[in-house]
Amino acid sequence: MNIGQLEERVADLLAEARRQGADAADAAVSSSAGLSVTVRLGEVETIEHHRDQGLGVTVYFGRRKGSASTTDLSPAALKEAVARACAIARYTSEDPCAGLADPELLARDWPDLDLHHPWEITPEQAIDIARTCEQAALDFDPRVSNSEGATLNTVEGSFVYGNSHGFLGGYPTTRHTLSCVVMAQEGDSMQRDWWYDSRRAAEELATPEAIGRRAGERAVARLGARKLGTCEAPVIFRADVAPGLLRSLVGAIRGHAQYRESSFLLGALGQSIFPDWVRIHEDPLLPRGLASAPFDNEGVATRPRDFVRDGVLHSYVLDSYSACKLEMQTTGNAGGVRNLAIESSGQGLEELLKQMDRGLLVTELMGQGVNPVTGDYSRGAAGFWVENGAIQHPVEEITIAGNLRQMYQDLVAVGSDSDIPGSVRTGSWLIEKMTIAGN
Amino acid sequence: MTDNLATAKQILLAPAGLDEHHLAQVMERLAGHGIDTADLYFQLSRLESWVLDDGIVKEGNFTLEQGAGLRAISGEKTGFAYTEEISLENLLEAAASARAIARAGQSDRIAVGEAGKLDPLYRPDDPIPSLADDAKIELLRRLDATARAADPRVKQVTASLVAAHEVVLVLDEQGRLAADVRPLVRCNVAVIVEQKGRREQGSAGGGGRTTLEFFLEEERALGYAREAVRQALVNLEAVETPAGPMTVVLGPGWPGILLHEAVGHGLEGDFNRKGLSAFSGRIGEQVASPLCTVVDDGSLPGRRGSLTVDDEGTPTGETVLIEKGILRGYMQDRFNARLMGVAPTGNGRRESYAHLPMPRMTNTYLLGGDHDPQEIIASVEKGLFAVNFAGGQVDITSGKFVFSLSEAYLIEKGKVGAPVKGATLIGNGPEVMTRVSLVGDDLALDPGVGTCGKDGQSVPVGVGQPTLKVDEITVGGTAL
Repeated sequence: MNIGQLEERVADLLAEARRQGADAADAAVSSSAGLSVTVRLGEVETIEHHRDQGLGVTVYFGRRKGSASTTDLSPAALKEAVARACAIARYTSEDPCAGLADPELLARDWPDLDLHHPWEITPEQAIDIARTCEQAALDFDPRVSNSEGATLNTVEGSFVYGNSHGFLGGYPTTRHTLSCVVMAQEGDSMQRDWWYDSRRAAEELATPEAIGRRAGERAVARLGARKLGTCEAPVIFRADVAPGLLRSLVGAIRGHAQYRESSFLLGALGQSIFPDWVRIHEDPLLPRGLASAPFDNEGVATRPRDFVRDGVLHSYVLDSYSACKLEMQTTGNAGGVRNLAIESSGQGLEELLKQMDRGLLVTELMGQGVNPVTGDYSRGAAGFWVENGAIQHPVEEITIAGNLRQMYQDLVAVGSDSDIPGSVRTGSWLIEKMTIAGN
Repeated sequence: MTDNLATAKQILLAPAGLDEHHLAQVMERLAGHGIDTADLYFQLSRLESWVLDDGIVKEGNFTLEQGAGLRAISGEKTGFAYTEEISLENLLEAAASARAIARAGQSDRIAVGEAGKLDPLYRPDDPIPSLADDAKIELLRRLDATARAADPRVKQVTASLVAAHEVVLVLDEQGRLAADVRPLVRCNVAVIVEQKGRREQGSAGGGGRTTLEFFLEEERALGYAREAVRQALVNLEAVETPAGPMTVVLGPGWPGILLHEAVGHGLEGDFNRKGLSAFSGRIGEQVASPLCTVVDDGSLPGRRGSLTVDDEGTPTGETVLIEKGILRGYMQDRFNARLMGVAPTGNGRRESYAHLPMPRMTNTYLLGGDHDPQEIIASVEKGLFAVNFAGGQVDITSGKFVFSLSEAYLIEKGKVGAPVKGATLIGNGPEVMTRVSLVGDDLALDPGVGTCGKDGQSVPVGVGQPTLKVDEITVGGTAL
């Protein structure tokens, strides 16, 4: 469906909500179509044709709300969804903060963020690209002995949001992803690793050969991994695993975690939570950005924002509801942060290894061991042991533990090696000290 | 006996004016020359959820998802397409897209008929209206009040209630039609407690394939509220966890997630067909201590992981994975079973019509042994007693798994001592199972809380085990 058709559906939903007695309402409708092709060991494994659609509506009766969503966009289903939402709103509680965003803050006009670059590609062409990618991984080294395949995925979607303050806006987007997962084997050691790239425009994707080679290189590098002795040591989180540390920060400074007092950074606004050279910011208006959006999930205009400046927590991550609970103003973050980044302290990964001298380079993290309330951090890890500033051997079956509040204070450097696709941009992090558990 | 097939036809086909003749027409387009197997999967699922937070019923949501997924398989190639609008025109178009993986050929005539009658493992009743809306709200308020009354240190309570009803209809390339009508309910209570500026959380819940009345029986849900508070208060006293290898005693029930991660995923048919699992090609070998017998059973009545038929229409049953330490079999869907030359085991599952089925666990557990759990703890000189877990993850190729402890205690000189802070256990699946040295006689299944993720698809599962002693696992703590 095109933007115009989606806008009609949103307008219909808002009109229906009014007809059924709601004082206020908002609605979002989306539709997408895509193709996903996987090649494994040179043969086609799957060809998937995707076509998704859905709508969500929230109604308000005074300060009580109800929501409904469905994949059925027929007029009857629209009516039914609104009726369900209204029925629910009869039973939810009066909530002084419930409601739409302040009309003053809604986006009025917005720039074209260049997010829509459809890729006219046939399944046959997609198969060729995936095959080339996987072959590059298999050719990288004879020890790359098996594969979970290479997948090319392309999706084109449209999205429209509207509310009863008169906001109605939407835009089309595309996203193209090429990924490859392979296995390397040597003796008894089997190791699996992967690489990918994901872009708004196909011409910006890394070449299939580069993605495949990197997957192969990563899997082979892990061969012969051993455990480590239990110890305390400095740790580098390589750029591809470092985004998790930023996501934990975002979780802790979300308004929701603050007003519910369930954050390890409770009430930390204005406090120094990082060393004074650290700056963490978002740029929702980044052209072609994977998380770019001109307005947030409530229609509030987005804009670039510093969350941490000079090491000090400068802003929480707020939507209208949590802002109301905290008696603040929304930061346009309904739906999350967009294109989050931490500024590098200037060193490349090689320099960081030298700076660390002796310690652990973490390249994979496993498990959910992050406690959002206390900041206690304990996760499974794999990576490389470093001595004299150089990689000695791969390691596995160890854990690294600490507390996020302390880990943020102990941040020594952020590398300039940020070449990872995705909505969080960061180089590798060098942290002064963590506990490593092994044998 | 209830007639799931009649229900499914009425709900999924009748509104679009479809009958068996139309299904035959779509299947003839989808299957035929060059296609080995194919299926049509119709699904309608409705879900209602309520959340009480911060003392008020803040959220209520109703979700309806429906559609049809069409799959055609030629050799090892799979073509897949789906549509949200169920109509003959859309189905025929999706069939043409899905079957394009094989060269076009002539189609065979297909006669559609029922696959065979089965006794459902749960009542088909829609759990959404099984309690009146005001009774649902009342239950949430009582959960909040019970948690807050349990201890003055309780600062925050979140209680949720979810009821879902799913109707599925599967037609295979031979014209066999199977249906399932699946209720699913879930209730959860999470609390935050505070003492002298220190905050900790606790959480408990349960559910199954039944109606919401389940939570009122024996004040079951109020028990979740008290349990969540108890856990959070324990964590207020928790000390730093020692780091390094140690003997670990795993409690009964939910800690069975260890099996799910350490061996379960590695025994799914797809990984083994492709030779990607640490267990690949090891059938008949000793992969665990002789004390370990592990099964997957989707046919337990009313359990969260149970299915009368799987998402390919295969009846579920008990599959012995490991018998007295010997690897006996893998969990299979139709596709991988055919390629490996074995029978499907009723483990073909998919998150929805918009996802491809794959081999997945149902209820996976380790059978009870003959030791008194107290004796097991008494046998440990120095170690860890792990009672509750927050979740786990596995790399099936290297066999490495981790899971996070949410409630654990030190064991010193055979006695349970101080609670320790959330730590992570890490091990190697095939290795850790060989180190099981004592198995308790207290087999328990989890209360109905598990959700498993694989390749981006989530499905409800169950786990279980008796008390187990593992001679050595690496514990990821902060104290040296």
